[in-house]
Amino acid sequence: MERNQMQMHRQIATIRKSLFDQGYLDEQFVQLEELQDNSNPNFVEEVVTLFYRDSARFLYNLDQALEKRPLDFSRLDSLMHQFKGSSSSIGAKKVKIECTHFRDYCNARNTEGCKRTFQHVKKEYTTLKKKLEAYFQMSRQAGPIETACRPR
Amino acid sequence: MGVKMQGHHHLVAVSLNEQQLGIKRKYTSYIPRRNQSKYLALWIIAFGFVAMNVYKCIDAGHQERIEEGLVSMCDQRARMLQDRFRVSVNHVHALAVLVSTFHYYKNPSVIDQETFAEYTARTAFERPLLSGVAYAQRVMNSEREEFEKQHEGIIRTMAKEPSPHRDEYAPVIFAQETVSYLHLLDMMSGEEDRENILRARATGKAVLTSPFKLLGSNHLGVVLTFPVYKSKLPPKVSVRERIEATAGYLGGAFDVESLVENLLGQLAENQEIVVKVYDVTNPSNPLITYGRQTQEGDLSHTRVSMLDFGDPYRKHQMTCRYLRKAPISWTAFTTASLGYVIVLLAGYMFYTGAIHIVQVEDDFDTMQQLKVRAEAADVAKSQFLATVSHEIRTPMNGILGMLALLLDTELSSTQRDYAQTAQACGRALITLINEVLDRAKIEAGKLELESVPFDLRSILDDVLSLFSEKSRHKGIELAVLVSDKVPRIVMGDPGRFRQVITNLVGNSVKFTEHGHIFVQVHHAEHSEADAKSETFMNGISEGRAISRFRTLSGREAADDRNSWDTFKHLVGEDEYPFRAATAEKVDLLVSVEDTGIGIPIHAQELVFMPFMQADSSTSRHYGGTGIGLSISKCLVELMGGRISFVSRPKIGSTFFFTVAFNRSEKSTVSDLKKSLYEDLPNAFTGLKVTVVDSKPVRAAVTRYHLQRLGMVVKIVNSIQMAISMRFMLVLLFSLPSTLVELQQDRNERQPDLLLVEKDTWLSNEDTGNIRLSDHRPIGHTSNSPKMILLATNITSPEFDKAKATGFSDTVIMKPLRASMVAACLQQVLETGNQAKQGRLMAKGSLYLRSVLSGKKILVVDDNRVNRRVAAGALKKFGATVECADSGKTALALLHLPHTFDACFMDIQMPEMDGFEVTRRVRMMESNANQEPMSETMTIEGSAFTRTGEWHLPILAMTADVIHATFDECRKSGMDGYVSKPFEEETLYQAVAKFFESNPPSDRSFKTTTSKNGEP
Repeated sequence: MERNQMQMHRQIATIRKSLFDQGYLDEQFVQLEELQDNSNPNFVEEVVTLFYRDSARFLYNLDQALEKRPLDFSRLDSLMHQFKGSSSSIGAKKVKIECTHFRDYCNARNTEGCKRTFQHVKKEYTTLKKKLEAYFQMSRQAGPIETACRPR
Repeated sequence: MGVKMQGHHHLVAVSLNEQQLGIKRKYTSYIPRRNQSKYLALWIIAFGFVAMNVYKCIDAGHQERIEEGLVSMCDQRARMLQDRFRVSVNHVHALAVLVSTFHYYKNPSVIDQETFAEYTARTAFERPLLSGVAYAQRVMNSEREEFEKQHEGIIRTMAKEPSPHRDEYAPVIFAQETVSYLHLLDMMSGEEDRENILRARATGKAVLTSPFKLLGSNHLGVVLTFPVYKSKLPPKVSVRERIEATAGYLGGAFDVESLVENLLGQLAENQEIVVKVYDVTNPSNPLITYGRQTQEGDLSHTRVSMLDFGDPYRKHQMTCRYLRKAPISWTAFTTASLGYVIVLLAGYMFYTGAIHIVQVEDDFDTMQQLKVRAEAADVAKSQFLATVSHEIRTPMNGILGMLALLLDTELSSTQRDYAQTAQACGRALITLINEVLDRAKIEAGKLELESVPFDLRSILDDVLSLFSEKSRHKGIELAVLVSDKVPRIVMGDPGRFRQVITNLVGNSVKFTEHGHIFVQVHHAEHSEADAKSETFMNGISEGRAISRFRTLSGREAADDRNSWDTFKHLVGEDEYPFRAATAEKVDLLVSVEDTGIGIPIHAQELVFMPFMQADSSTSRHYGGTGIGLSISKCLVELMGGRISFVSRPKIGSTFFFTVAFNRSEKSTVSDLKKSLYEDLPNAFTGLKVTVVDSKPVRAAVTRYHLQRLGMVVKIVNSIQMAISMRFMLVLLFSLPSTLVELQQDRNERQPDLLLVEKDTWLSNEDTGNIRLSDHRPIGHTSNSPKMILLATNITSPEFDKAKATGFSDTVIMKPLRASMVAACLQQVLETGNQAKQGRLMAKGSLYLRSVLSGKKILVVDDNRVNRRVAAGALKKFGATVECADSGKTALALLHLPHTFDACFMDIQMPEMDGFEVTRRVRMMESNANQEPMSETMTIEGSAFTRTGEWHLPILAMTADVIHATFDECRKSGMDGYVSKPFEEETLYQAVAKFFESNPPSDRSFKTTTSKNGEP
């Protein structure tokens, strides 16, 4: 059991590392992790869940806005700004990058580019969601990790 | 947001360029821009005509003069010829009268051939023009025989043949000897003579023949014929009567050719003209009388003068021409041609000038365009630098953050070393980038200076604390001294001032291995008054005896103005009455003196150029980019000052700069936020301190810091002096008869503290310290002064010895800072009852926790995730967090009175953005502040109680930390900003400003930490 848990922790650490290595997450995620302590044990997961619940609304709104003709670029931009803010808060690096591209196209008033990058945004968003879900699932199974705490 | 902003910038730059490029050729050009050669040709042709006209004008005058000369010569000749001729004619007339008188009126005749010949020969001089004269008698045919008989000859014709029968004859009966061959020749037989005779007798006047070849010579000549009448004729007679009365004819031959020749020979300028005489009786066929028939001479000038030889039937004229063509008028020619040449040259000059001007103008245009382009490129470069620096900073912050996190985990010593190195490098890189960004900003003109009240001294203390570690490590004495005349609070840009000082001190620390670094601030006019006229040539070391330089560390400095001799004037209390109290400006002279390697003379000019280091080897030895000084120069100039330096290689450098701050008004000082200047504890006011230091400058620095704490300072040279002073007092005190006054006197003069410089103590070691401890008055330990050692660095044996000698445990480590000195003194005096707590607060995050714990903070963000993260972060540091999801909710929550200590506000929110919320909050606050205080508002722990007025610190949360956003934050009344997402360090920096004035326990932790690492 002990051994199993150790292995699991190692596996979790590998997944986490790969998330960073593949550029899905950035240091902001680490900051979030830092905010997690005994008084607030599931902070990261809570925030991420909040993010996915919240952003679904944004994405829906964006979808709607993209259907309209002509495109209301300023609205798209402000929606995407919100979404990007959320993404950067949880450290979703790839999503954030795509958001930036989207906003670039928005500023350039490029309809095609907007649509295309929106698909990218959604793709990255979904991919990250899957990965994070798996990661949190595993973390929950493994239980709290003592080593994650910073030495005082 | 960041991307959007960049795009905007780019657009601005492009439109600027187009605008600038659009403005072309602002001046008007008076020069034809093309076809200059055509203009030149036109010029040449036009002035060619002009020159020709001028030539003609002048030449016409010349020709006229020539013509006049010809006319006068010709007329003169004609007149003379005419006169001569007339004279001869008159003589012939006289002969005719003679013949008629003596041959016909006398009977018998008294004239015969001999008489006539003799007479005529003797009067020939009268008729030089006539080759000879002869008289022919009119003989009718009926009288021929009788006549022939009488004269014994036959009448012959001109051909010398016997004359055929005619109606009448005119044989010559008297002839001058020169024409004796005419004897008995019938004059009527010659065509001309006959006509002559007929006309002569009809008119009764002298008549002339047309020119013909004379007999006996080949010359052309004319024959003059006079009629001789038998009787005197009445004035009015008919032609017939005349003919009837005709008795004979007197004739003479004029040799016109020799006549004219003769005449012309007598005149000057004969060679120049060609003279011809014509008989123009028949105008259609002029007969030449003199001169050759061919046209010769200059045909352009001809003068015709009429000749009157007394025969109205015959008309003669004289034609004169110049023999040679009149020479060209050189005056006219040279005038015209010279003028033309000049005009040509002028034209050519204009031409080349025009071409040159056009070229220069074109070049100028090109240059201007290039300039505009270069400027645009420069702006673009600056923008690029700013952008790139910004972009680099973001990942760099990530790197540094991760490194900081990494260092917090458990690492092996090697790993820690690596990570620390990486962090140090990263920091250096960030510093460099910030410098480049600064420079770019300055160049782009974007840097604006603040004008806020600040405490100069605390800034200098801060800078010193930055370098204290390094200087201690190197064993350099680092000191700061601000003249007492410099006001406590001045208005200016503290950040930029600090930057300049940091730069200079940083350089000095970098390049100094031994000796000292001494920062001084004086009133500019005071120091100038003292700056003697002596000026040091940089780098020229004078042959002074290197004995003891009375500088801070005793080492020679580049500029000896800072040595004690002049220095004492500046620090002297009474020499300059504080006169500048009324002036608006405070001109300060800041000098940073070091005893480092100095700047090589050849490099001294380049020092302020960006990216120039004195020597390429310097950068290898010491690192750095050399941008610092150029930025410092820019900043100093922005602040209205000048920067300069004196440097001597191997001796040191002293950098000076002047800076003008505004004097802060009293009212603003009272409003100052506490955070602006460090609150020095006033627990030490009135404390008497004796400083034992052999070096006066160093002692003055110590005194400066102690005086800032309100202490009364006395300086003595050596421990002996201090002791002797004390010793006397002790003696006095031990006498039983001591009066109460003396006791009081002692109390006044007995120092509470004795600060001893380590060097001075060590040099007096053998004599001083023992006695010092010996003479400690017994039984009065509580009153005896505490002895504290001042040191730049101290070894543990030295420390032990000091302790043994009686010094207290705490050693005040240089560089001195008032706050640090205060902390040390507090420790000594209160024997460190609080010292333990300090160790806990070494780290920023712990500090944050201490600052934020128990604080109530409002987080305003419409984004739930962001809100949650911010709240989480703040909660982590112990704050109580309340959230608001919109500006309106926030406003409702912030309705006065409220209990929030601070507010973090997102800027971009729908409906009401962060700026607007802030403005409204501030409006509410100012309204509330103006109202009289009511008790209900004094709520414990709120923002109200701390400042005495409502002012909730509001910090913007923003994703981009560019300057413009920051400006707007401040404009709308925010107190600062933190970048999103939160990072510990930025949060700490932002928060620290507002919560610094905490309970005193917090303060002392901060100040005492600096010496925790020491013994």
